Amino acid sequence: MKSIGKYFIFLGSLFVNRESFKTYVKLIIDECILLGVDSIFIVAIVSTFMGGVTAVQTAYNLVSPLIEDYIIGTLVRDMTVQELAPTVIAIVFAGKVGSSISSGLGTMRITEQIDALEVMGINSASYLVLPKIIAALIMYPLLVILAMFLSIYGGYIAGTLTNIITEQEYIYGIRLDFNPYTIKFAMIKSLAFAFLISSISAYKGYFTKGGALEVGIASTSAVTNSCIAILLADYLLAQLLL
Amino acid sequence: MIEIENISKSFEGKQVLTDISGRFDQGKTNLIIGASGTGKTVLLKCMVGLVQPDAGSVFYNKRDFTHADRDLKTEIRREIGMLFQGGALFDSKNVEENVMFPLNILTNMTAGDKLDRVNFCLTRVGLENVNKKMPSEISGGMKKRVGIARAIVNSSQYLFCDEPNSGLDPQTAIMIDNLIQEITREYEITTVVVTHDMNSVMEIGEYVMFLHRGEKVWEGSSDNISQAEVKELQDFIFANKLMRTIQAR
Repeated sequence: MKSIGKYFIFLGSLFVNRESFKTYVKLIIDECILLGVDSIFIVAIVSTFMGGVTAVQTAYNLVSPLIEDYIIGTLVRDMTVQELAPTVIAIVFAGKVGSSISSGLGTMRITEQIDALEVMGINSASYLVLPKIIAALIMYPLLVILAMFLSIYGGYIAGTLTNIITEQEYIYGIRLDFNPYTIKFAMIKSLAFAFLISSISAYKGYFTKGGALEVGIASTSAVTNSCIAILLADYLLAQLLL
Repeated sequence: MIEIENISKSFEGKQVLTDISGRFDQGKTNLIIGASGTGKTVLLKCMVGLVQPDAGSVFYNKRDFTHADRDLKTEIRREIGMLFQGGALFDSKNVEENVMFPLNILTNMTAGDKLDRVNFCLTRVGLENVNKKMPSEISGGMKKRVGIARAIVNSSQYLFCDEPNSGLDPQTAIMIDNLIQEITREYEITTVVVTHDMNSVMEIGEYVMFLHRGEKVWEGSSDNISQAEVKELQDFIFANKLMRTIQAR
């Protein structure tokens, strides 16, 4: 409970004694590149294979002759949009970006770089963490949209190359009974996950004490806690919004 | 001028500083000395606000920093420059960006003026043609000098140095000490240096405060430190063979 209280006080401290807007703009752009653009490759790889595997496994489980093959496309679409793209990519994002945020801030803490900012009269939490959270909120939903497209495309490639479904059936399947609300739902989840990953990882890194060993521990703890928070938030949002 | 009054601090029930008072004058290099673990760095951190003391106050030109509101604290902090033990240079920025950092954040100077000021400060600490080097590409002594340049770039009125010559060879250490003293006199700033190096004490100690187990047990200057009749201080000064040999003569 003490840690949760400290976490909320930490979040509150991001919004007091801030620097000028101009200062943040450059930092946010830098963080967008670091957190978002640099994650495109891993997101692309994971989501393409995720879609491909979903298509192949769905086909394997469709044993009833009463179920049409185009259902594979529909299932790939619904699983990808509602769950796999926002949630599985969030776990990947937590592993890549969360550990990077935590270890970066942890190293700055133990090498007194954060103290140096404080001595200059700069709110170090706001200066270092707020741009990361804003950048994650901007970039993660875009990564999820990319993951949705690539995952569905991965399903198409795997399905058509292995002859488990025709092009026409797959495209018919992904267009069948499409509910646009699922996209809105995925975007809400993306924003929640982006906030949780960036803020929890920053919190863990910012309060690191000790040396290199503790930076590693903080980084591991950041990823673990982020993953737990993602899964809890996923369940809560599904209950609340569906 | 900086005054500290009755500073006390404990961590988890362990008393680290007990009722420490003193005055650090402008234009002088003021030293806080003592063995490792006596609370020197904690006292320095209390003075710059990185640690909140349990009792007592720190005054910057009569302004109570310890109990100041956020705005006054920020105002005073922007008059402070600090050289950290490891330099605390920002790893992701090169030398020029490190030194320019306080100007970018705290001033509205034009890009040209900022660059001129950075080059002036780097030249002042004896560093030229290293602007584009990363902290990982320069030596320990150069890092300290970049740290000093960053500390003075915003025309700081107060300079704090935490063990400025730790990990340096004797010649570089003396060069850093002398640089700190020259800058202190040249810009008429108030400088506080934490050290346990007796060479520094003898070289630049215009005012010396000796701490032992979290208490101030002696104050004076390098001129009269060897005559001090305090056993703990005598043990500290003459801990090494060279100093004992000089004492015997």
